[in-house]
Amino acid sequence: MTFWQGRRIPLAWLLLTRQPMRLAVALAGITFAGILMFMQLGFRDALFDSSITVHKLFDTDLVLLSPRTKSSISMTGFPQRRLVQAMADPDVAGITPVHWNLLLWRNPKTKGTRSILALGFEPRDPLFIDPSVTALAPRLTQKGRVLFDDQSRDEFGPVAQWFREGRTVESEVAGKRLRVAGLFSAGASFGADGNILTSRETFLSLLPNTPPGSIELGLIRLRPGANPARVVERLRGLLPEDVSVLTKQGFLDLEMDYWRSSTAIGFIFTLGAAMGFVVGCVIVYQILYSDVSDHLPEYATLMAMGYSLLTLLGVVAREGLLLAIFGYLPAYAAGQVLYAVIHAATKLPVAMASDRAITVFLMILVMCMGSAAMAMRKLGDADPADIF
Amino acid sequence: MTTLHPGTAPPVASTGDGLATVTVRGLSHWYGTGSMERQVLQGIDLEIHPGEVVLLTGPSGCGKTTLLTLVGALRQVMEGSVQVLGCELKGSSRHERQLLRRSVGMIFQGHNLLRCLTAEQNVQMGADLLPDLGYRARRDLSREWLRAVGLSDHLSKLPHDLSGGQKQRVAIARALAAHPRLLLADEPTAALDSRTGREVVDLLKRLARDEGCAVLMVTHDPRILDVADRLVRMEDGRLWASEASLG
Repeated sequence: MTFWQGRRIPLAWLLLTRQPMRLAVALAGITFAGILMFMQLGFRDALFDSSITVHKLFDTDLVLLSPRTKSSISMTGFPQRRLVQAMADPDVAGITPVHWNLLLWRNPKTKGTRSILALGFEPRDPLFIDPSVTALAPRLTQKGRVLFDDQSRDEFGPVAQWFREGRTVESEVAGKRLRVAGLFSAGASFGADGNILTSRETFLSLLPNTPPGSIELGLIRLRPGANPARVVERLRGLLPEDVSVLTKQGFLDLEMDYWRSSTAIGFIFTLGAAMGFVVGCVIVYQILYSDVSDHLPEYATLMAMGYSLLTLLGVVAREGLLLAIFGYLPAYAAGQVLYAVIHAATKLPVAMASDRAITVFLMILVMCMGSAAMAMRKLGDADPADIF
Repeated sequence: MTTLHPGTAPPVASTGDGLATVTVRGLSHWYGTGSMERQVLQGIDLEIHPGEVVLLTGPSGCGKTTLLTLVGALRQVMEGSVQVLGCELKGSSRHERQLLRRSVGMIFQGHNLLRCLTAEQNVQMGADLLPDLGYRARRDLSREWLRAVGLSDHLSKLPHDLSGGQKQRVAIARALAAHPRLLLADEPTAALDSRTGREVVDLLKRLARDEGCAVLMVTHDPRILDVADRLVRMEDGRLWASEASLG
């Protein structure tokens, strides 16, 4: 007999849909819990993702950092000599010394100042993977020129818009007058609301107190086919203790670990998601429990007719499954919309990542099935001998 | 017409031949434990044969319903022997009783229909218990039974929209849809007016007879006693007498 011919009355479906009000309340509760989880986990992941918005862009295999550097908002200098020494390794193909600091940018429209991330590099050296930055870099050879990140927050002024309109955009950074020579795209992060690129010469004129020969970041590119982990080993042996060698992934992890472990942010958002989970559990349990209680004589009747307890447990389980699926779908849709709204408002990289979509679905599933399992205990009260 | 002989001791056995549908021997039952212990059934002997309609009467609280639940495999047998359809219920497992119940149709005082299902779906809940029958066959079967109880115009109505008599007729269709060989009914006319009650009982008897299904019916209703092949009276946990009625 085929599955379709073997099917029975869809009792779980009918129990749910013949009480539309109760179903609506249940779905609203699950959807609310789902949205809450999407938002909290979305914010958390966006924070960790956005903390490496700039880090991801670098065209590099390995990086050198000062051992005292713990995050992008407190980059410490180390001798540039170490980067040059790394060239001694046969697998190293190229290096780029980078200056890194947060400077005050004056909004050319409102004249207010705000902290912006400035990177200084030799315009002929590769910096970002994005070839458009490499193409624009020669414009920085003239002193006092910057490239402005058009994904920067609006508080820095309508720089990108003015530039595209063909106007000459000038602003003041760290008290020095600078002109925007082009636009690139990076994006705001939790550490920096906007980004600019300059030549090293311009950068050093903005920060005249920088010790000579000191840089904050060294990029190391390897020959094709080289094993990054092995080169890291060799460089650690070669270079003194005043510099730390990391792979690019290690560089990203260092930044994300800072936000994850040194701040309460990860905990707070995870707790928020957990609260959504608990609220959802309570709502679904209430609904399923009262559903089972209300139908107890009917369940007892079914048992008297010869249906097994297992069949009836299956009905409750299916109710839980249906609630999970039909509560998740609107939560997913609302999550998509809210992510778009949040991205537009904050420029944070929030998007519906598939692993988060799956995580939230699994949490809703656990929520509904767990509540169903709790409600099933009430089913044990259905004694067919009581209904005569 | 029926004659009762209160005071005469059992034997409460019928004269029919062949394998009995129900054979009860020396059945006793208690509720509560210790000082709260109360005996509700004392040494019951009863046989019901295929196609036989047995009516069980007696004052309330005399143990009729307990006997019904024991025969219906809804309760564990404590003492004595209950054989239903060749299956010994004394010492039976929960699973054995559940399987046996599939061959026992039950009709309750309240109709106990599933509120969220239509008349047709309620009947199909009974038909769904039949193995080896496709969905369509079970649905057609349900429709036939509803036609047999005269409700072919009310297939897709919810119990809420049916009258008391109609609901009880749906319940009968549901009980018979599973092809039971024994039908247990607990005051099926209690919630019905006399004319509707009469109709329901006549229908029940006719359909049970067509199916060759034995019926054990508890009732207080003196107006329906004449449908019985045999009347059994119970008092204080004992069966007092029985006599074939209506030949």
